[in-house]
Amino acid sequence: MRGVLRVPESRVSDDVVTLAHGAGGKASRRLVEELFLPELRNPLLEPLGDSALVSANGTRLALTTDSYVVRPLVFPGGDIGELAVNGTVNDLAVSGATPIALTAGFVIEEGFPLDDLRSLTRSAARAAAAAGVAIAAGDTKVVERGAADGLYITTSGIGLLDPRVRLDAARVVPGDRVLVSGGIAEHGIAVMIARGNLALELDVESDTAPVHRLTAALCALGDDLRWMRDPTRGGLATTLNELAAGARASVVLQEEAIPVRDDVRAACELLGIDPLYVANEGKLVAVVAARAAEAALVALGEGAAIVGEMRADDLPLVLAETPFGGARIVDMLVGDPLPRIC
Amino acid sequence: MRYLDEYRSPLAVAALAAGLHADRHVKLMEVCGGHTHAIYRHGIDTLLPGEIELVHGPGCPVCVIPMGRIDDAVSIAERPEVIFTSFGDMLRVPGGRRRSLLEAKARGADVRIVYSPLDALAIARENADREVVFFGVGFETTAPAVALTLQRARELDVRNFSVFCNHVLVAPALRAILDSPDTEIDGFIGPGHVSTVIGTRPYEFICSEYGRPVVVSGFEPTDILQAVAGLLAQLREGRAEVENEYGRVVRRKGNPAALAALEEVFTVRDDFEWRGLGAIPRSAYRIADAFGAWDAENRFEVPGARIEDPKACRCGDVLRGMAKPYECRVFGTACTPEKPLGTCMVSSEGACAAYYAYRRVA
Repeated sequence: MRGVLRVPESRVSDDVVTLAHGAGGKASRRLVEELFLPELRNPLLEPLGDSALVSANGTRLALTTDSYVVRPLVFPGGDIGELAVNGTVNDLAVSGATPIALTAGFVIEEGFPLDDLRSLTRSAARAAAAAGVAIAAGDTKVVERGAADGLYITTSGIGLLDPRVRLDAARVVPGDRVLVSGGIAEHGIAVMIARGNLALELDVESDTAPVHRLTAALCALGDDLRWMRDPTRGGLATTLNELAAGARASVVLQEEAIPVRDDVRAACELLGIDPLYVANEGKLVAVVAARAAEAALVALGEGAAIVGEMRADDLPLVLAETPFGGARIVDMLVGDPLPRIC
Repeated sequence: MRYLDEYRSPLAVAALAAGLHADRHVKLMEVCGGHTHAIYRHGIDTLLPGEIELVHGPGCPVCVIPMGRIDDAVSIAERPEVIFTSFGDMLRVPGGRRRSLLEAKARGADVRIVYSPLDALAIARENADREVVFFGVGFETTAPAVALTLQRARELDVRNFSVFCNHVLVAPALRAILDSPDTEIDGFIGPGHVSTVIGTRPYEFICSEYGRPVVVSGFEPTDILQAVAGLLAQLREGRAEVENEYGRVVRRKGNPAALAALEEVFTVRDDFEWRGLGAIPRSAYRIADAFGAWDAENRFEVPGARIEDPKACRCGDVLRGMAKPYECRVFGTACTPEKPLGTCMVSSEGACAAYYAYRRVA
């Protein structure tokens, strides 16, 4: 048939799960939207936020769950126990909720040393105490050797939603400011270095920390606080792409305003990785009305920065303006951030 | 950051960009994929006046590996006794059966990302009962590390290690581009990293035989703009010479220790098929007979099939600077970084991936 453009169907890796599906970027998004959402569809799940917003007897609650499979289990600045608590506390916090209680499920590989299990559990307990939440229920399962990589932890949490705020990307308007609470890319780089296959000697520690105090401070802004997220897998770039899509407006970043520690930036340069795509575990991105930007900056404290603003656009994108007056588009993460060859 | 921020100073960049002009349309090719990436990452193309056009060369090592070789790699990786090791960005490249190493891994092949071939050798020493294969890919930039690893393997007598060698040479590819009938490239931004190994001498034929200027460049915004300025000056003055803008790391004679290792471990193949460019004589290395025991092509049966590039994909034209990525009809539709059809879309250094990531459509 002349004149008909036949575009070959691209079906690579669509019939099995690959690691890209777990990396937090486009493939993860598609897995959720094209497989899980159609199968599980319901109004609570549909917004696909960090937490589901549930009303019970007139009380508004946030409900969330997350699994932790980090390798190595202990890395500079933290471990899987602490991460499992902070990550779920943060998912509640960025939904505008005060965390109340968590559950923890442990999947343990046969042969795992009890001393390590005790120390990681102790670390989870410390993190929970620091965040002011109880680990109120738990579960353990042991699987055969080789069926899990040491230890996986799943935590779920509930929190009480702050009545002063209505967080929704759809409430974001052009002119709103985008803030981050501190230096990005530290967790991802720390874990990559701790895996030991990069001969880099850098003292980069994971930033794993609860952000609920920061989010509580921002909630005082009331309606001027539009939206919050913790940019974990896929990094700031992926989180901001979700913002742009939800807000139907572009995010215009000032590249040099984005805080990145010098040693983290050096590691990223060496590895050919863009820090915008590297995971964080204790940072917060927030969008606030322009008039509240300075107050938000003060509330977030030292290290925070206003990194950009929202702009009306027919095609919502994330743009980074370079210091030279050029601009580039910052897409979602595709696959895992793999170091380049040369 | 020291030694980096200086080369990204907005003032210096603005001053350099303001000084660039040509009195006719000038087409310059940046040979190296690292340059392509840097140009788009920093928006350097938007700083150039309209008469200066940058086209992208064949210098992304991932992009030039033909599909048949990927199939061969996948077939080695799928053998149960094999641990297949590779640099990360080769994993997403689709082969002729549209199966990538990443997909082979998802289906159970033991494929591991390493950051250095020496790490692959270490895996071999820790797994004496397995066959460990390293996917040797790259120009003379990465080849010395593989040469060193093979020397080490011989020294330590590691017998369960081998390299699937796909190392390619930059100069023959440039000659092929210059010989192809419709290329009208006025000058070349010479590659940076590879020149640290081979020096600037291998480019001299471009000036003496083809009358085109070359400026070897670093990867920072001021480097690239300075290289463009150097090429424009040569064109204005009617000169065609090899100049070295990247003098802080590149020497005319290159790195003698690295070159000696290449000489010992590798032999130049009679010809090698390049993705999109076809077979180019004497354009790639194979492992020398003295190291034949560590050559994966001796150790494993591979299909060795030659697979046509997909018809819809214009990687070849893109690699020769004859087409812009967006002129390819599958660009951004059937071919995206997530599901690449052509190799130029895979590595972040590929021209198509750079255009896609930074949304250049005109």
